Amino acid sequence: MDSLSIAEILVPYQGRQRDALLPVLWDMQTAFGHIGPDAVRQISHTLHVPEADIYGVMSFYSLFSSEPTAKTVIRICTDPVCGLAGADEAIHNFCRRLNIHHDEITPDGKYAVSHTTCLGLCDHAPAALISQRGQSETAIAPLTPETDFSELLTLSPYQSIVRGDILLKGVDGGNVESLADYGNYRALHHAITILGPDGVIGEVEKSGLIGRGGAAFPTATKWKMTRQATGQPKYVVCNADESEPGTFKDRVLMEARPHLILEGVALCAFAIGATKAYLFVRGEYPESAWRLQRAIDEATHAGLLGANILGSEFSLDIEIRRGGGAYICGEETALFEAIEGNRGFPRIKPPYPTTHGLFQKPTVVNNVETLSTIPGIVEHGGDWFRQWGTEKSTGPKLVSVSGHVQRPGVYEINPGITLRQLLEGFCGGVIGDLQMVLMGGAAGTFLTPDQLDVRLTFEDLRAIRSTFGSGAIMVFNETADIRDILRRLGRFFKHESCGKCFPCQLGTQRQMEILERADTPLVGDRERLRDIGLTMTESSLCGLGQTAASAVLSALEKWPDLFAVKGQPV
Amino acid sequence: MSDTVTLTIDGQEITVPAGTTLLEAAAQLGIEVPVICYHDATTSNGLCRVCVVDVNNGRLLQAACVTTCANGSTVETRNDRVERSRRTILEMLNSAVDLQHAPAIQTLMNDYDADPARFPNAERREHALLDDNPFYVRDYSQCVLCWRCVQVCADDAQYTFALTFGGRGFDTHIATAFDIPMPESPCVFCGQCVGVCPTGALKPKIQWGMEQGMTPEQIRQSTRRRKHRVEYED
Ligand SMILES: Cc1cc2nc3c(=O)[nH]c(=O)nc-3n(C[C@H](O)[C@H](O)[C@H](O)COP(=O)(O)O)c2cc1C
Ligand code: SF4
Ligand code: FES
Repeated sequence: MDSLSIAEILVPYQGRQRDALLPVLWDMQTAFGHIGPDAVRQISHTLHVPEADIYGVMSFYSLFSSEPTAKTVIRICTDPVCGLAGADEAIHNFCRRLNIHHDEITPDGKYAVSHTTCLGLCDHAPAALISQRGQSETAIAPLTPETDFSELLTLSPYQSIVRGDILLKGVDGGNVESLADYGNYRALHHAITILGPDGVIGEVEKSGLIGRGGAAFPTATKWKMTRQATGQPKYVVCNADESEPGTFKDRVLMEARPHLILEGVALCAFAIGATKAYLFVRGEYPESAWRLQRAIDEATHAGLLGANILGSEFSLDIEIRRGGGAYICGEETALFEAIEGNRGFPRIKPPYPTTHGLFQKPTVVNNVETLSTIPGIVEHGGDWFRQWGTEKSTGPKLVSVSGHVQRPGVYEINPGITLRQLLEGFCGGVIGDLQMVLMGGAAGTFLTPDQLDVRLTFEDLRAIRSTFGSGAIMVFNETADIRDILRRLGRFFKHESCGKCFPCQLGTQRQMEILERADTPLVGDRERLRDIGLTMTESSLCGLGQTAASAVLSALEKWPDLFAVKGQPV
Repeated sequence: MSDTVTLTIDGQEITVPAGTTLLEAAAQLGIEVPVICYHDATTSNGLCRVCVVDVNNGRLLQAACVTTCANGSTVETRNDRVERSRRTILEMLNSAVDLQHAPAIQTLMNDYDADPARFPNAERREHALLDDNPFYVRDYSQCVLCWRCVQVCADDAQYTFALTFGGRGFDTHIATAFDIPMPESPCVFCGQCVGVCPTGALKPKIQWGMEQGMTPEQIRQSTRRRKHRVEYED
């Protein structure tokens, strides 16, 4: 790549428009390690986007840099679970061995060490993302303070513990399912030849499937509304931005079962009448992106994707987009903005994606896991799906368990089992004495040992004012310090707020400052946290701000002594 | 679909054309909902959220400037929840931004009992004064991020596209590409950004010079300088 010039990189983008901006920025960032004024000027000419806008877009995303960087940038995750596993020490050690400070470049220009938000490798904490100039990113885990720099990229690949028989069938870590293993897209064949679009939606409706991305919205309703919307063309977007701290189920699915996801995307496109789909994969998941790309190529070659699928009138082009490093781009409308080549600012809703989504056209956006359930539902029927779960939480559900358990990993559960059964059965028990569980990710709530018998369903969790969220379950024993966890959550939201609306833009900063001084709080900090938290929750523009205080508010309720000042009433 | 909707705002019933915002409907009843980012001439983006109101006692409050009236809804423009949000937003804003030249926001602070010292040891958004052109100065320490300048520079008015945002979250700031000085940017010095700025962040050079106690002659001298450079003030 080193030899490619800016102009050469731009050749394939001639005639393209603003929506090619993220891919161009990625190509430049990878080739040169940064995107300077020359590159921006030439991109501006090619795509007809103002230079200021390009600068604004690149400065929004964490993985793009306007200043020269080191040849190898090591970013270590410092979110709660990696924090427990020694991420801070790892950063400190790396810096000491390289004789540099955090965010500094070694004099020879070779290395820089920095931190990052959750990399979705919580089951192998601590994790790191390595960016090497001229090559793509590589995620590695676990990292030890002694890890040799020259061996960074040759560490044996992580292998997640996974257990499940439906979505995770045949997944034993490490293997990518080829098309031959997966078999032809039988469900798609059934849909095209027998069911038709309405039949597909009918089965999805019968299944009672609820979206797995966090917002818990019924999938069939979304599909029906989009199918009925009048705008053309229509789009399917697979939300593979998985950035909720503690969540890695989508990564496991993408790495192991790419064809299952692609078939789900194709079924959705067939059902709503779309011919173009995007897979928006977070930039920190390079492995997922290339495995999906390889699967797309394989399926296209076999006539299962592309023009006139299985000899029918139905055609579908699936394109992968890599995110630039921004949690907010998991929010569906911010994700559209990112694909369109803008800063990832969420939009005001309504209008909703079903009528005004990507490029203002009717769009279905679904989570990776949601789409992965579709082939089974279509092939075996909606009732098949209902054999798992409860009346309101149908079908098998994936959870990502990390922290102080014997076997952290991704588990396919039958909703209705209790949290205790999950931790003691599937995960081999808690290491040490359980102190608390952070349920649903950074945007979730804390549970205490007396709540272990809650059944893991959407409705039971809601009843105790908790949430499945993204399916992240972080377990902490007596050695964990709630203040330390809250500090890391505070930093996460401060780092990831998009800055669009005032409550979240200001509130995440003020919240973090108060959490940073949690060991020596000021009089009134509890009240400050409550006012900030409730203001963000009730008045923010999007789901990020609306949940940025969720864990903090639940901690204040559970541990009334937190932020209490000696000699002062609570 | 009917062309009008009927709703109740602070106990008064009102019928308005469909598509009317809650802000407009309230104004018709003589109820003033406070705003910061809203401006008649620019696209509303629902940024500041001081205009939030309570619709049907819902879980979320709604930004009145961008929420349209729904038939049969009951709206409270000022109750405890609304006041807490408005007050907290104002207190947080004041703890981050220099509001001395934003009298309208000062008035709101008083109206909502906002404590200017609510957040001790808070990081402020401080920026060096940018004096890089003969027409206006930019002091982003006074910027509330209402987006108006960026919008009038872009497709709300001028189609010049000199301005954008740098960074994100609390660290967001208004910027040119790579922070180049205005004269090197596409800026045509139309002055629209200065006209819509609700604080002292963008000021005509003359006004700024007079505030600094410069004489008219000194101001003229400074605007005639041929070589413009960025001056930093610590
Ligand atoms: C801040 C934020 C981050 C989100 N991140 C993700 C994500 O990484 N993956 C995802 O599927 N949904 C995410 N969502 C939810 C999406 O907005 C959307 O509801 C979801 O993709 C819809 O898919 P589903 O119906 O299949 O659940 C996020 C929401 C918010 C507010
Ligand atoms: S809540 Fe507001 S600032 Fe936070 S991410 Fe959403 S729009 Fe951006
Ligand atoms: S005036 Fe409505 S959000 Fe600012």
